[in-house]
Amino acid sequence: MAKTKVLERKPLSFAEKTFLPQIGAGLITTFGNMFKKNVTLQYPEERPVIPDNYRGVPTLVKDPNGREKCVSCQLCEFVCPPKAIRITPGEIDPLAEPDRAHVEKAPKEFDINMLRCIYCGLCEEVCPEEAIYLQDVFSLSGYSREEMINNKDKLYELGGTVPDKHSKWDKKKTAEQAGSAHH
Amino acid sequence: MELLDASLPYLLPIVYAVAMISVFMGLCAYSVLAERKVSSWIQGRVGPNRTRMPLLGHIPILGNLLTGFGLFQPVADGLKFLFKEEIVPGHVNKGYYTLAPIIALAPALITMVVLPFGRYVDADGITQPLVLANVDLGMLIILAISSLGVYGIVLAGWASNSKYPFLGGIRASAQMISYELAMGLALLPVFMWAAAPGSDYGMSLFGVVQSQQSAWLILWQPLSALIFLVALFAETNRLPFDMAESETDLVGGFHTEYGCFKFGLFFVAEYAHVIMGSALFVLLFAGGWNFLPWLADPWGDGLIGSLLSVAWFMAKVFFMIFFFIWVRWTLPRFRYDQVMALGWKILLPLAVGNLVLNTIIIALYDTITR
Repeated sequence: MAKTKVLERKPLSFAEKTFLPQIGAGLITTFGNMFKKNVTLQYPEERPVIPDNYRGVPTLVKDPNGREKCVSCQLCEFVCPPKAIRITPGEIDPLAEPDRAHVEKAPKEFDINMLRCIYCGLCEEVCPEEAIYLQDVFSLSGYSREEMINNKDKLYELGGTVPDKHSKWDKKKTAEQAGSAHH
Repeated sequence: MELLDASLPYLLPIVYAVAMISVFMGLCAYSVLAERKVSSWIQGRVGPNRTRMPLLGHIPILGNLLTGFGLFQPVADGLKFLFKEEIVPGHVNKGYYTLAPIIALAPALITMVVLPFGRYVDADGITQPLVLANVDLGMLIILAISSLGVYGIVLAGWASNSKYPFLGGIRASAQMISYELAMGLALLPVFMWAAAPGSDYGMSLFGVVQSQQSAWLILWQPLSALIFLVALFAETNRLPFDMAESETDLVGGFHTEYGCFKFGLFFVAEYAHVIMGSALFVLLFAGGWNFLPWLADPWGDGLIGSLLSVAWFMAKVFFMIFFFIWVRWTLPRFRYDQVMALGWKILLPLAVGNLVLNTIIIALYDTITR
């Protein structure tokens, strides 16, 4: 059995019983606080520094060549716990985009319902193409439910491009052109 | 012209009174701002800094400065209270409910009449106080009237016909009874020294200030000053004694059922009492408009001297108001029973002991010097 040690509380001295020294010390503390730097931000004008790994609003990103990375595999749609993501898969027209014809698929529609999203980041985690990122936007608002559903254009507008030199689709293409099935 | 000459003696006091009320209410408004600003500084915040008046706020640098210090905020606050919908709950006792905020504010404005705030030297070379009514019983009037202020709070608590205000009202009345006694007893030694037999002043506050030209009373009556200060905090319902309000456990205390301008009146009344209390403490213990202990006023007797005496007095009052705010944002609230215990078991015996001690000292002093 654990031993309990009872600590005797020291009786208060006379000065302590009058509260006055403690009140004086408290007053000095608060007076010192008046000259310290403010901890608050003037919010709409001043913004807090957002760390890189912040999980803000999910966005779709493009690769450095300005091509969309999402191949509409729908993994994020499946993994999304609150079912906020809805993807309508589509095919890439080989005639319109000959350099991306080998990618074959791209989303026709990509909606993220921000009224459902819980910012868990599972979509970013699961994406094999690194096409979806939770970025630094943390405050969004709208006047209607429709406005709160981010469609594909909005997602790409929020996402921007990722300066990522590595592109497996480019490698696959060069490998195919070199005649080897495995790159 | 004759009519003007004839009516001047009646007109002039009204003009003075209106001027003083305007200054006083202005002070009230700006102490609310001071409270908000000081609290925010103490808590590492910025405080009100967004309210901007149309023209004044758009002067290039000054406008930003004034806005940043929140100097337009009281106007916005006042207008908000004024233009809100006047809601009277169905369950209240309407007559008393309306009367309560008036009773809360009126005493503070009445006590202002006998409050000296500076001095001038008249044509005969006699120093006179700057005051609306220079009466010998100044302190008695203040004690009598200012304790009426609590009736406003008690009335509000009872008339609201709701549990939280009721509890607030009960606490306020119990607290008032407990601390009024100690306050009065703490003041007696002051007047025993200041208004010794044969002095000209009696119970007037001017006399107390004049008697502090060399040593301030706080220096040789520190116990009286301390008891009076603590009782003052209790009387003005400020933290650490804000029993009547008790935001943490009684929602809003006595003003829970009040809104808009009636609440505004209570709000102003609280600060009016704080200002009155600060002024009173400065007059009684901190030398009034006298420069520093044992230092004669560096300013002369002329007009400038009078103005500077007023300014110096105001500076001291501002410091006391700051002190009230400072204490509020430092100390937590006492529990109800602790407030009662402090009042009855500590302050009252201390005040009585202090009175007896001073009586004995005065008796000895008189026998020795006779």
